[in-house]
This record gives sequence, C-alpha cells and structure tokens, in this order.
Amino acid sequence: MKLKTFPGGLHPPDNKRWTAHLPILECPLPDELVILLSQHIGAPAEACVQVGERVGKGQVVGTAKGFVSVPVHASTSGEVVAIEPRPHPSGRRLPAVVIRADGADAWVDGLQGADPMVLSPDQIRDRIRAAGVVGLGGATFPTHVKLTPPADKPIDTLVINGVECEPYLTADHRLMLEEPDRIVDGCVILKRVLGVDRILVGIENNKPDAIAVMAAICSPAGIEVVPLAVKYPQGAEKQLILALTGREVPSGGLPMDVGVVVQNVATAAAVSDAVRLGRPLLERIATVSGPAVAEPRNLRVRIGTPLTHLVSSCGGVQVEPEKIILGGPMMGAAQLSLDVPVTRGTSGLLLFGPGQFALVPEGPCIRCGRCVRVCPAHILPTTIAGYARLNLFDQAAEFDAMDCIECGCCTYTCPAAIPLVQAIRQAKGAILAKRRKV
Amino acid sequence: MESQLYLSSSPHAHSGTTTDRVMRDVIYSLLPACAVSVYLFGWRALLVLLLAIGGCLATEALCRKGMGQPSTLADGSAALTGILLAMNLPPSAPWWLVLVGAVVAIAIGKQVYGGLGHNPFNPALVARVVLLISFPVQMTSWTTPAPLGSGLDAVTSATPLGAMKTAVMLTGKLPEALSGGLGHYFFGSMAGSLGEVSVLALLLGAAYLFWRRVLTWHIPATFLGSVVVCSGLFWLIDPARYPDPLFHLFTGGLILGAFFMATDMVTSPVTSRGMLVFGVGCGLITVLIRLFGGYPEGVSFAILLMNAVTPLIDRFTRPRKFGLVTERQTGRA
Amino acid sequence: MWASIISLGGIGLLAALALGLAAKKFAVETDPRELALLEALSGANCGACGYPGCAAYAKAVASGEAAATLCTPGGAATLARIAHIMGVEAVAADPQVAVVLCQGDTRKATAKYRYLGLADCNAAQKIADGPKQCPGGCLGLGSCVRACPFGAIELTAAGLAVISREKCTGCRMCVSACPRQVIHMTPLDATVHVLCNSHDKGAVVRKYCQVGCIACQICHKTVPEAYLIQNFLAHVVYPHHVQAGEAVVKCPTKCIRDFVDGYPEGSTFAPPTVPINRGQAA
Repeated sequence: MKLKTFPGGLHPPDNKRWTAHLPILECPLPDELVILLSQHIGAPAEACVQVGERVGKGQVVGTAKGFVSVPVHASTSGEVVAIEPRPHPSGRRLPAVVIRADGADAWVDGLQGADPMVLSPDQIRDRIRAAGVVGLGGATFPTHVKLTPPADKPIDTLVINGVECEPYLTADHRLMLEEPDRIVDGCVILKRVLGVDRILVGIENNKPDAIAVMAAICSPAGIEVVPLAVKYPQGAEKQLILALTGREVPSGGLPMDVGVVVQNVATAAAVSDAVRLGRPLLERIATVSGPAVAEPRNLRVRIGTPLTHLVSSCGGVQVEPEKIILGGPMMGAAQLSLDVPVTRGTSGLLLFGPGQFALVPEGPCIRCGRCVRVCPAHILPTTIAGYARLNLFDQAAEFDAMDCIECGCCTYTCPAAIPLVQAIRQAKGAILAKRRKV
Repeated sequence: MESQLYLSSSPHAHSGTTTDRVMRDVIYSLLPACAVSVYLFGWRALLVLLLAIGGCLATEALCRKGMGQPSTLADGSAALTGILLAMNLPPSAPWWLVLVGAVVAIAIGKQVYGGLGHNPFNPALVARVVLLISFPVQMTSWTTPAPLGSGLDAVTSATPLGAMKTAVMLTGKLPEALSGGLGHYFFGSMAGSLGEVSVLALLLGAAYLFWRRVLTWHIPATFLGSVVVCSGLFWLIDPARYPDPLFHLFTGGLILGAFFMATDMVTSPVTSRGMLVFGVGCGLITVLIRLFGGYPEGVSFAILLMNAVTPLIDRFTRPRKFGLVTERQTGRA
Repeated sequence: MWASIISLGGIGLLAALALGLAAKKFAVETDPRELALLEALSGANCGACGYPGCAAYAKAVASGEAAATLCTPGGAATLARIAHIMGVEAVAADPQVAVVLCQGDTRKATAKYRYLGLADCNAAQKIADGPKQCPGGCLGLGSCVRACPFGAIELTAAGLAVISREKCTGCRMCVSACPRQVIHMTPLDATVHVLCNSHDKGAVVRKYCQVGCIACQICHKTVPEAYLIQNFLAHVVYPHHVQAGEAVVKCPTKCIRDFVDGYPEGSTFAPPTVPINRGQAA
C-alpha cells in the first residue's frame, strides 16, 4: 500500500537508532533550576515571586501577560534565589526565576484534579492555560489559543502529530511506546473542547512499534492511527494536514482555515495531566544524542534543568563539542553554551564534536534545481535567496518568500552549500518589518 | 578565551553532495565514452581529449588569476567542460583548433559572465559552434573509426547525418543504404565526433548519473521523446525522404546532447515543468534543423537556442506554491 | 519598383502618423523644473534623500513635497543649483562623513563564537546577537560595503570596515545598513575619533578587546572640552574636535586615532590630507 505523504521534501539519515530503543529515564533533579519567563511564542510571563520566597512544586512563578501567553511554574519545591537575566536558547540573556531545590520536591497546595467529562470546554481551556501547556513539538505556541478558534472557523478534525521527522529525536517515539494512555486521554479531552468527531494520529512508518501500540489503544477510542511515508518535513503542520486529510491550508492561512487543529502527542499528554490531574507542565521528554555524547538517552527532565546537567546524566561528552543544538539538526537552534536551561520547547539536545557536523564551504549556485524539487512549499529557494542577498526584498516577496516554512530542505540538499534558509529568513524579516511600517 | 563553538542558522545538517562531487560524477560518467573514442580513433582522440582538458584548465586558471579571484580548478567544472568539448570535436581536429575551442569555452563561454553558475550558454557548445562557423572545413572532416589493433586505416567519410543531408539535398531522397545500420551506430562504428560514436558507452554513463541522482529524467526523456515523435511524424508522411526515428535517435550528437549537454544544470531551467518545456524545445529544434536546416546536425544549435530562453522558461513555469488554493481545493464542500 | 516604393513609403507614413498621434495622446505633463533638477542631481541614485532614485527626488522637490537640502552626496554645489532652480534660499549643512567607530578586527577583539553562514552582518546579528563578544563592535561581514553606493567602504583582511573620508559623501546608507550602530556621522574636518562603540565597563571591555575604550577619563583630563565620557564610552565633542588631537598619544588602549596618521590597521586607503579634498563634491 502506498503510504500517505506530501509532495516535496527529502529523507535525511534519521540517526534515530541511537536512542529509539532506549526507555525514558528520569533525569535526576539538579540543585538549581532556571525557570525562564519566556518559554513560549507570545508575550513573556511576568515574575510574581520575590527573591527569598519559598515555592512549592507546581507553584506559578510567572503570570501570563495577555491572551497569547501562559504562566510558568516552579518545577520543584525550593527557594527563589535570584530573578535575573540568564542565558536563553535564543542566545540572549533573558529574565528568569532561579530556584534552589530543597530536595523535598513537594507539590504546592491547591492543585486539584477534575473529571474532564463534567467540565465545560471553557473550563478545560482555562485549566490548560493555567497549566502552561504549549506546543511541545518545538514551536511552543500556547495550546489554549489553538483551542479557541473563532466562530466562523468550524473545526471538524483533530490531527495528533506523532511524526517526529527530525533526525536524532526519539522523545515522541518513546512517549507513544511507553505512555500511550496519557496521549489518548489527552485526545479525548481535546476532542471534547473542540467538539470534533474525527481524530487522526499521524506517525511515520519508521516507528512500526509505536504505530502498533498506538493503534491498539486508539481504535477502541475511535481514534484513527495513520502510518505515513518517512519523509522530512512530514511533521510540519501544513504538510501533515495535507498528507492526512488531503486538505491544503491556504497560503498565509492557518490549519483552522481548513477545519483542522494540530497538536503534538506530547502536548496531548500534557493536556491530560493538566485537566485530569490538575498538574502544570513541569517536565518533558527530551532526547540527548549526537556523536559527541557518551551515552545518548531519552530523558524525562524538569523544565529549568541546565543543559550541563543533562549532559552529565548521559555520561558526559566523548569529545569537547563544537556544535550544540537544541532541537533537531534541521530546525533546531545552535547554542552558545550548555548553561542554557531546558525550556518547554526543548525536544532534544544534540552535541557534535570536531568533524562530526557539516562544514561545507559555500560556492556559487549551479542552478541544479535540487532546492526547487525538495521544497515542500513549492517556492524557488535559490531565486528568493538571490534577491535577498541583493537586499531586493520586494522581489523576494513577489517570489513568495513569506510562504517559506524554514524546514531547511533546500539548504540541506544544496551542493553549493548556500545558506538559502538564512537568506530567505532575512528576506522574511525585512518584508515583515516593511509591512509593519506601512 | 576564544570560543570553539560553531553557531549557524538552521539547518545544521548537509547531504554531503557538493558541487565538486556532482562535477566528479559527471566526469566519471563520461569515462566509458572517452575510453571508446580512444579505442576507436586511437592516439588522435587521446590527444584531442588531453588538449581540450588541459586547455580548459589553463584558461580557467589564467582567467581567475587575471580577475584576482580565488582558483576554481578544484571544483572540476573546467575539466568537465574540457571533456565535453573534446566529445564535440572530430578526432582529426588539429591541435590548435582544440586549444582555440578550449579558450573560447572557458573565457568567452564562462568566465566573462563571472564563472561557474553565471554563464547563460553551455560553454562547450559555445566553443563548438564558434569553431563550426569559423573553421567549417576542419570541423567537418570526419574519419571512420579504425579501432586500435584492427590494422585499419582511418578513411575520410561522412557522418550518417551528413550523408543523409547531402543525399536529400541532391536527390530529394534518402540514400539507398544509410551507411552501417543501427547496430553500428549503437556500438560506435560510424564517423563522427569523439562523443557521438558510441551510444552504448554514453548510455552506460547516463545510467551511472541516474543512479547517483545527478540526472533527473525530465530533460533527456522529453528531448528524446520529442525527437522521436517529431521525426516519426515526418517519416510517416514520407519514408522515402525522411529517415526513421531510430536513425535520428542513434546518430549524431543526440544521445550526448540529451544526457550530457542539455542537462547542464547551469544553463537549463531549475523548475521541473521548465525542464520538460526545455527538453521538448530542444527536440523540436533538433529535428527541424536536421530535416530542413543548412547543417546536418542541429543538437548544439537547439540546446544553445533553448539556453537562451531558459530564464524565460523559469519565469513562466514557477511551481504552484503550497496553499495557493481555491475554496474547492481545500477539501471542504 | 513603384509598387514597392509606394507600399514602403505608405507603411512609413502610417507608422509616423501613429507615433505622432500616440505622442500627442499619451503625452505626460512634466514640470520643466523637474527636468532641470534631475540634471542638477548627481544621478547616483543612492537613496540618501529617502526617495527611490534621483528622478523621484527631483519630482518631489519640484512639487514642493521635499526640501531642497536632502541631497547630501551632492554637497554644497548641488544644493546651490537646486536652490537656484527652485528660487529658494538654502544653506548647506556642514558636510558630514561616516566613520566606523571600531578598530576591533578579528585579531584584536574576541569572538563570541565561530559563525557559519550568510556573509551579512544583519543575518549574523540574528544568531545570538552576533559573533563578537563586544556588543557594539564591527562584525566585518560587509553589509555596509554592499550598501555604499559610492564604493567608499572597504573590508580589511582581518574583518573590519573602514570608510574613506575622501570617497564618502555622507549619504548615510551604511548607517542604516549596520545592525550594530557602529557607524556614526561626523563633521568632515574631524579626523580624530574614539574608535570604540562598547558601553560596557572598562574591565569587561579589556576582556574582549585590546583596543576598546575603557572609560579611563585620560582623554577628558587632557582636553576637557573635546572629550566627554558617557555610559563608559568616550566620544569627541563637536565642534571642539580641533583640539582633540592632543589626547591621541595619551590613550592607553590606543582607541583614539587621528586618521591623518593613517586609517585603522589593514586599510588600503591613503590617509586623508587636511583640509580634506572630497572627491565627489569637488
């Protein structure tokens, strides 16, 4: 049978074999946790505790500012020792609440579970928001916003993203194998919020064990598990919707424009914890991998754990890393140091030593057209990048620079190693700035 | 302390297929054809090959130096142009002709535009056409192959296409027997330039390129397909005057052109639909020149003409971007 | 014979008629002053005036929409001609040139990380705020060089942008192209500058740059009216720059430089002679 997929894309070596078979391990609690106030897309949270204050596990330490924002919580109990700028995955130093753990790991009072079936959709949304649930696939978009479509956009399908198409990462894979019941419970809750009938779970066919486990538990609940062809970027929202439903999200539109809401499997699990148990999002599963890591692992890790702690609990490094990536190698962000803490968006930490990552010198474009063939957005990366380099941003916009999803396929496949995505990103930034001005 | 960390924008992975690897693959793919030409035409062919490659490398080095640019010999594109140029020359070509061709190909065909990636026309074909127009006698003195060790002497002879054109021009009819027959063309015992003679060796090389995913099917398939369809139509109209499609397919520079010259990435469209248009255009022009033009062979001219309209083709064959949909296509009623 | 003469002549007549009619019908009314203004402008289309090219600026001036003083590259001569055409009084501002206030090339300033990617300062700045430890230093990837319409900026081999005082016309295109605001406009006759753009404290600056301003106050103590230290960074006070030269030898980190003694290390531009003879305006 031909597996469902989308046109374009490519299949980079997935390097998942290092961690795909390893069960999730509990990452030991560090002495000090750094809770960054900006861990999601939207307005950063605002610190609401004082230095010296004792906080319980799950206590709100930063309140949400505005609708597209969520609170942040203490991931363990302890004392607030500082509220100051700390290294952020963006490379800047941004405000954070630093907590010295007291080791008791005691929950704050007042967190209460509830039966989602007696709650109204609005009550469920409030619980999801209060728990700080954001898209855990890496985009960290606040989940309650996605669950609040305007009245003129009826939603009929919920898509659960278990694709995990980024190389190296196996966090979602292990979650589906080990805790499918949490995911399914989350799906049922999301279904209630959205009032949809159809739930589709998309999983790439390189995870047959996850497909089997998920299918066994999903079908009684009326949830359909769909195996998908192994191709990057299958997990990109719009590509996934096309593969699963045949619907194409209009250019510049959102999934709700075609009646779909997409949530990651880990997000669904977090929704279950938030609504049924009343527990905020304090931990996530992250893959620590890459050739420079001594013992690659899948770790259940508290938000705010410094990356150094993750590395040391994976047996340290084999060689001094020359490249540190948060997330996957295709869309992750290179880091300045391991002092950065884990955030809600940390799906993985990859370390590469000397000679273990691509260092191809840039050459002239030979117009081979590979970037055009692999582009899942069906735009002309080389043309846009060419205009962007000449600061001709109007022309770049004319060639649909804004439709780029920055998946990285073009740069990955470019024989001349031209930083196409970076150039297009430049153009997008300039175009947006210009639009804001006008 | 200086940081040892590398930071870059995503993606952080690369396929490993680099420009020089692509060029090397194309060079490897031409080796069987080179070997066959040396076998068939002896040391003269080897001389043409070496002169062309050496001339191209030297011209490239000089041009880059003269323009104060870093050397680009390592990317293999100059060597490749040399081989392709040699493939387009008759084995009897005098040494100076080859060198003139090499200088024209690299200096006028490529470096004046800014080097690799910027030339609008296939450099090897620019050189071939310049030579063909400037030195028609030397460029059209063909000899029959005299395989090494066969003891045969090279005899001056016309190419099959040349024989056809002469006969049709003189008598309005095809010659009685087109010299040799398809088997000869296929294995390479007809008169022609270095790269024209053995279809088999060329196809071997093309197969390698497909396997390495350097080539896509678009241009070769449409080029050859349109030649077959177009020449087939004329053949059906008047088999006495127009040769059959297989003759067209296996003679002249068609195979070389369709797999190795028209597919030159720099000078062909980047969009898949554009490649289809490009291939069809090449095929039609080739057949028209072969049947009605003044020259017996039209592949070079066809490719160069289509090179000229490549930017235009790219412009009009932009892919439909993701999400450019009407209400109906979104899948909702 | 006659047939061809008549037919060719006829075609010619018809075409002439059509062209004549078209010229009448589609004629565009142009302000004669606009054409004169366009003549007066340099034609560099640099964009310094804020309009897309000289023609657009000429149109804007002719219609009274734009001030006459916006063509900085043209200098006083152009301004006088524009003022004459428009019949207005216009006083030329003191000519200004752009200066890169940094000497911290790759040998003198510490890198924060090794940057891979687009050779563009604005692109590099987006990755962890740029590959230099110094938050204000020149990134040396040449965004200003590409922005300069007059070829007045060069990159040294060690990655530092240097602007020629002779070639610079003061159009400010580099100022807006630079993501780190390291390029400042200064009076043309000021050749002494504090070549540093870091507001960090002295101890911090010392850690990442050999030639950074450490706010030691020595320049201010030497020539109090010519130097001011603000936010841990010294700068020359105009128009007292004439006396600023005295402090050059006193600066412990050598971050004050008189361009007459030569541009920063690695530059191929010949040092300016005083008074500066500016190529474009002369």
